[in-house]
Amino acid sequence: MKVPLNWLREYCDPPLDVKAIEERLTMTGTKVEAIHHHGVQGLEHFVVGHVLGAEPHPDADRLSVCVVQLGEAEPSTIVCGAPNVAAGQTVAVARPGSIMPDGTRLKAAKLRGVVSNGMILAEDELGLGSDHGGIIVLDDLQLDAEFAPGMPLQDVLPIATEVLELEITPNRPDCLAIYGVARELHAATGAPLTAPPWETDPGTAGELAGVRIEVTAPDLCPRFTARLFENVTIAPSPLWLKARLSAAGQRPINNVVDITNYVMLLTGQPLHAFDFDRVAGGHLIVRRANDGEQIDTLDGQTRTLDGEMVLIEDDEGPTSIAGVMGGARSEVVPETTRVLMEAATWDGPNIHRTSWTLALRSEASSRFEKGLQPEQAMYAQAIATELMLQLTGARLASGTVDLGGAGPTLQHIHLREHRVQEILGAPVPVARQAEILAALDFETEPVADGLMVTVPAVRRSDVTREADLIEEVSRIDGLERLPATLPKRRGAYGLLTREQRLRRRAADALVGRGLYEIVGWTFTAPALLDRLRLPAEDERRRAVALQNPMSGDQSLLRTTLLGSLLDATAHNLAHGASDLALFETGTVFAADPLQRLPHEHRGLGVLASGRLAPPTWGAPDPPRADFFAAKGLLEALADALRVEIAVSEASEPFLHPGRSAAVRAGGEAIGWLGELHPLVAREWGIESAAGFELDLDRLIAAVRPEARYDDLIGFPALGEDIAVVLDAQVPAARLLEVVRAAGGKLLDGARVFDVYTGPQVGEGRRSLALALSFRSAQRTLTDVEILPVREKIVAAIAAELGGELRA
Amino acid sequence: MSVLPRIAALRSEAERAIVQASSTEALEAARVRYLGRRAELPQLLRGVAELPPEERGAVGRAANEARRALETLLTERAAELDARELDAQLIADRVDVTLPGTPPQPVGRLHLLTATQRELEDVFLGLGFTVLEGREVELVHYNFDALNHSPNHPARALTDTFYVQPPGTEASGGDLLRGYASDVVLRTHTSPMQVRAMEAHPPPLYVVIPGRVYRPDSDATHTPQFHQIEGLAVDEDITLADLKGTLLAFARATFGDEREVRLRPHFFPFTEPSVEVDVSCFHCGGKGFLPDGSRCPLCKGEGWLEILGAGEVDPNVYAYVDDPAYDPEKVQGFAWGMGVERIAMLKHGVPDLRLYYDNDLRFLEQFG
Repeated sequence: MKVPLNWLREYCDPPLDVKAIEERLTMTGTKVEAIHHHGVQGLEHFVVGHVLGAEPHPDADRLSVCVVQLGEAEPSTIVCGAPNVAAGQTVAVARPGSIMPDGTRLKAAKLRGVVSNGMILAEDELGLGSDHGGIIVLDDLQLDAEFAPGMPLQDVLPIATEVLELEITPNRPDCLAIYGVARELHAATGAPLTAPPWETDPGTAGELAGVRIEVTAPDLCPRFTARLFENVTIAPSPLWLKARLSAAGQRPINNVVDITNYVMLLTGQPLHAFDFDRVAGGHLIVRRANDGEQIDTLDGQTRTLDGEMVLIEDDEGPTSIAGVMGGARSEVVPETTRVLMEAATWDGPNIHRTSWTLALRSEASSRFEKGLQPEQAMYAQAIATELMLQLTGARLASGTVDLGGAGPTLQHIHLREHRVQEILGAPVPVARQAEILAALDFETEPVADGLMVTVPAVRRSDVTREADLIEEVSRIDGLERLPATLPKRRGAYGLLTREQRLRRRAADALVGRGLYEIVGWTFTAPALLDRLRLPAEDERRRAVALQNPMSGDQSLLRTTLLGSLLDATAHNLAHGASDLALFETGTVFAADPLQRLPHEHRGLGVLASGRLAPPTWGAPDPPRADFFAAKGLLEALADALRVEIAVSEASEPFLHPGRSAAVRAGGEAIGWLGELHPLVAREWGIESAAGFELDLDRLIAAVRPEARYDDLIGFPALGEDIAVVLDAQVPAARLLEVVRAAGGKLLDGARVFDVYTGPQVGEGRRSLALALSFRSAQRTLTDVEILPVREKIVAAIAAELGGELRA
Repeated sequence: MSVLPRIAALRSEAERAIVQASSTEALEAARVRYLGRRAELPQLLRGVAELPPEERGAVGRAANEARRALETLLTERAAELDARELDAQLIADRVDVTLPGTPPQPVGRLHLLTATQRELEDVFLGLGFTVLEGREVELVHYNFDALNHSPNHPARALTDTFYVQPPGTEASGGDLLRGYASDVVLRTHTSPMQVRAMEAHPPPLYVVIPGRVYRPDSDATHTPQFHQIEGLAVDEDITLADLKGTLLAFARATFGDEREVRLRPHFFPFTEPSVEVDVSCFHCGGKGFLPDGSRCPLCKGEGWLEILGAGEVDPNVYAYVDDPAYDPEKVQGFAWGMGVERIAMLKHGVPDLRLYYDNDLRFLEQFG
């Protein structure tokens, strides 16, 4: 909402400069987003001039050389290109030094050999309107002022004003109005507020002969008012009106259209002017559209309506979409002489729906959709009537169409004094509450424990409860006066849950191993699923789809973190990085055909490519990110969290078929581990990469409970290494399983520490070296005690796996 | 020949050899030569028993004395040589301490958004809040309706909210044009967790809710996904002044001890009164200009930085909580929503929000 300050000051004029006004409005809830300057600058250079003489330029057909008295000892010579300049005129002059609305600074200039000491101005040059047909002749303006040469022009014409650009919150359509903002300024500063400009209405109530209007959808049109003006002369608006509209960002059109816009800006209420001679049958019907009914709107398009939209028709059919946009057929044209001025109230949600559905927004719809009050329609009619009579030479037909009438009875709300303090945390004396509310046009009456408050019509939908009144009191009283206190926090303590701490630990563990965290997009492209070679039945194809994605590439919610890890890897490889170790945690989504809401879980993904560390003088050839590097990271993560995981061979469409595995924890499959399939790596221009992706929620659910003390100190462990030769196809994990089962209680730990294949162990076989550790919590073990356990282990290896001790 | 002079001779010869030994090896050779199993002095000692009784005492004493003296000398000399050799070794061991460590131990980084989120969580943990999380695909009920958004609130528009295709249906532009958006959205704020949190926990409730949220917007200051931290405190008597104090503590913990906050009246459907909260600019100290007189580039001369929206929980919101304990005549509280990206942007001078999601290593390296 753009509010020209000089217009605002007509209703409320605090003795404050624009910065102070900005501060007061902003701190009471009407945020000033910007202060613009409209019009010219360097005001001392703009003066009234009297044209003493105007002669044709000796060397230019269209220019005149004028001698203009500017109130100085000597008159000035000014070259003018306007066709209407003549001796004897009183005109508006910009002297050298003036700054025009577009920011250019005027200088004395030589025009075809004649020095021009300024410029005689046309209205568009002053930012007052769009007319460039000729210069402004002040004598013709019927201004109530005496002109003397040299008078400051700003005393005569509104050539400059500050314009406040306000953010009006959606609950305050009453402030989409200059007078509404003036009331806010009044409450915020205490400066007097003039009576509402609609207080005197030149019009009359009663029947309006010759106009037939029916409203068949009163639920969606609470009020419809109309007045008829005859003998209207369509003409340009006076300069003051053009100036106000221009400053408020509206282009002047003609007097009738300008009046509708002016009144809308002043009251918030949109109006529509019909050329009544072109309203077929002098008959308007407000009704719900038929499903599929079509209408041509002013913007030259054909719109298809549905049964919940409201239209206005005359005897020849639809003329406008109610509250949204008029039709060309009955709009005001230069020949118009009879104007039917309509001001109606429409149901906000319905207008919003119509405007949204048709993707058709207008100044009117954006106001109506916020919910205007029926009273505003007659406020607008009163001011419009006065201006129509004043500016168009019109005669007002007696009577007013008023279907629906004023809005519901005004609401009374009980405002308890103690509640104000309870909510705000600081007292506001009841007298101050009453003062604030009165400034905002609420009526108040003292009652036992506070005030009985009557809500003014224009605040009817915004203020309905005691809490709303407390807000009114608090914002005007000043939030800066509130103390800064802390809540009592009875029984509250701040602590992360175990899961939250473990999630932090997971990320920290990976960071500690040299990984960089990325944050990828939730949005993903359908093509990703193909690029990852996912078959049709893969569950990661059950993606949640958006109805209104920003683009086709962002139409799904991710079902894996691998996409963003690959994208980030490719991005960085393309930008000069060669070794990357990245991880991401984030929500992963899976559509569930039986549920309204999809399944969501937190995922954790890791992807490494290139070397795991930069080469150094001491380690010139560091290992590269392969399957076992990724597994090392996975094991470090599991160890940091103290969760037992199991890794077994399993395939994934996007992984190298010989280097891929499933990860299990807590008895559930929780993810994959492996090297990228070369075809997938190639898709992203990556040589090779390895990583894993886990369901972080399940991983953390499998973390072992809080530790209890275990006596590992009282008696020493006894270690023994064995090497076992067995079929190379037997997985190491299987061997450990057999060893652990056979080792019984005394076997404390077993791990593979070496692998050997070669001629010594024979074709198709390999040797795995195991470090065994035996321990008893009751005593120090001896070799003699261990011997049978060891024999049992060896026997089990032989019996179950066909393995033997390496000689 | 008498034995005694021989002992004396051996002793002085051995003393000389020990003193002259210049390395542990030479010393060891001297020890073997003079005190070794087959050396003369030990042999003499072993032969004492065969001497005539009148000589035994004197010879035994002299030989023993010589042996002890030599042993002492050996020990001393060994220590001396040891020290000298260690010194030499230490000198030889010298390295260039300015070479990099090896093998390298790479260190990664948390993403700036995670680091900032943790920092903010920790501030509120210290203020007695606990941390909750919530789902990102949300029902319109929780995202808008239960937050008192009118049916025609502009935030519900397709231009402002991502709507989710109901499972088992195909996207249809026609449906959208007719306004039939689904009842499931990507949450546009973390606020849907307000009613969910109250449904799950009786009052008093002090929670912050970090999480990812979505709005269809993309430019230097908007990305279609971003992160918020919601705050919600509901108890018998939580006032707007308490909100101010809580956010003042947050502002000082996050932006420095000198900070002030100001509340500006605003409108949100789910708070009443509603406020926007500004923190005094930490770049110019709230003055709006720098010491050289130029306009502060961070706050654009305002002296204040807008950081979040907040207010007292609207009584209508409690009505959506199916728990009679949340009776607006018995409980009251405040709520806020702040943007993690914005706070990180302000604190670290990140010029463009999209940098957070490019995941360029040259960005990631700088933070966390």
